[in-house]
Amino acid sequence: MTAPLPTRADEAFRYADIKALGEVWDDLGPPETVEIAAHKSLQQTWLPSGDPIDVKRARIVIEQGAALELYALNAADRYGRIELDVTLHAGADFAFRAANVGSGDATLEVVTVVRHVAPDATSTQTVRSVLGHKAVGSYLGQVAVAREAQKTNSEQDIKAMLLSREATANAKPELEIYADDVACAHGATVGELDAMQLYYAAARGLPPAQAKALLLEGFIGGLWDALGEDSEIAALARTRLRELTR
Amino acid sequence: MLNIENLHVATGDKPILKGLDLDVPTGEVHAIMGPNGAGKSTLAYALGGRPGYEVTDGSATFAGKDLLEMDPHERAAAGLFLGFQYPVEIPGVSMLQFLRESLNAQRRTRGEEELSGADFIRLAKEQAGALGLAPDMLKRPVNVGFSGGEKKRAEMVQMGIMAPKFAILDETDSGLDIDALKAVGEGINRIMRAPDKGVLLITHYQRLLDYVQPDKVHVLSAGRIVKSGGPDLALQLEREGYAEVVA
Ligand SMILES: Nc1ncnc2c1ncn2[C@@H]1O[C@H](COP(=O)(O)OP(=O)(O)OP(=O)(O)O)[C@@H](O)[C@H]1O
Ligand SMILES: [Mg+2]
Repeated sequence: MTAPLPTRADEAFRYADIKALGEVWDDLGPPETVEIAAHKSLQQTWLPSGDPIDVKRARIVIEQGAALELYALNAADRYGRIELDVTLHAGADFAFRAANVGSGDATLEVVTVVRHVAPDATSTQTVRSVLGHKAVGSYLGQVAVAREAQKTNSEQDIKAMLLSREATANAKPELEIYADDVACAHGATVGELDAMQLYYAAARGLPPAQAKALLLEGFIGGLWDALGEDSEIAALARTRLRELTR
Repeated sequence: MLNIENLHVATGDKPILKGLDLDVPTGEVHAIMGPNGAGKSTLAYALGGRPGYEVTDGSATFAGKDLLEMDPHERAAAGLFLGFQYPVEIPGVSMLQFLRESLNAQRRTRGEEELSGADFIRLAKEQAGALGLAPDMLKRPVNVGFSGGEKKRAEMVQMGIMAPKFAILDETDSGLDIDALKAVGEGINRIMRAPDKGVLLITHYQRLLDYVQPDKVHVLSAGRIVKSGGPDLALQLEREGYAEVVA
């Protein structure tokens, strides 16, 4: 039996497109389970499915001393949702680098719960949103640090760039900390393209659309540094940004 | 090559340039000097088409074309280069990518073929080497974390790569140490001293003019060219100050 469709009263769905979610809800199935065995490391890349409604959900357990590097591009035309529930055991490492790139009236969201249940684990989440037209891009991220999880190191670095007055960015990093010896950093900013940077690029010969695309690439480009600028995700993101600035 | 007549420019409704006349013939280097706030950078920006710098009267033609009708990127493609008084930082975009895309955009606008990656790298390294800028700096994000002097050297590297017809250099000599000043001066001569090119050098100091001998020196004060002369005028200004010379 499928669970009932969530509503916006559910905290984790407060910015969701419930109508779009309803259209895929019955076919969704339970979240995918990813388990990284002790001392193993894994790198995964999630690309958009290409469907207008694209919901990806995973329950991830990173065992002692294991590591996961997860790269994601969230760019559905109508509703894209990336939902993660991550548990980190002692000394585990979770690195999440994601981008929401949306236009039209797309709703894009990244919703994460990261649970530090044992000491010495590290989690870093870097999320960049580029939103044109009436797109909405959101990040809801909870970091929960259990009493035993001393020496936890966690970071949430969330930035959004709005390309139109009607685009919206939401960012809600949340910390729930029960240990006393931890370093948990979080920051969220929303901005627009810088007029002086655009002019500098124009003065060097770049037409406006290309100048914008280049600055936006710079804005999210750092996410994929480890994969290289020729990786599929970097190339796809670049294509998306060019579409957005045309 | 560059003809400016009765140019009036306002920023944020405030008139800054008030009837400026200037003519730089092909093959010449002209220097513009003048007190802080006189409108030197405003002139550079207006000629470069920076948004917010509104031309309210007058004309500016470049190689026979109406400069003021062109978009900023078209001015660049037409061969105009603006060296910034404060070069702009662009995080996340490498100098190499920025310049390759810029140069190729100019070439496309002119209907020329794009430069291949390998040819571009060769050109960029050659120009960096000539200006004494470590080639590794070209891999770094545009101007990010560059020292003041490195930014100005990098502007000259950009100029060398773009190989413009005409350069407006806004205080490219400010903030340079002695060696960098020499490198920049020689760079300007090497890249821009040619019978088919021209330069407008905005500067506060004679020391750059020791390297780049100007054909003419103009004094810009309160939005107008108030005095013009030969290279000696710069020396006289340095000796006597603006108040004395302009009075
Ligand atoms: N965006 C702006 N809004 C209002 N005033 C401006 C703006 N930009 C420049 N100005 C003013 O215009 C005047 C001329 O400025 P400009 O930068 O052209 O001077 P400058 O001759 O280059 O001076 P400096 O030698 O200090 O570089 C100054 O009084 C400055 O405050
Ligand atoms: Mg100035």
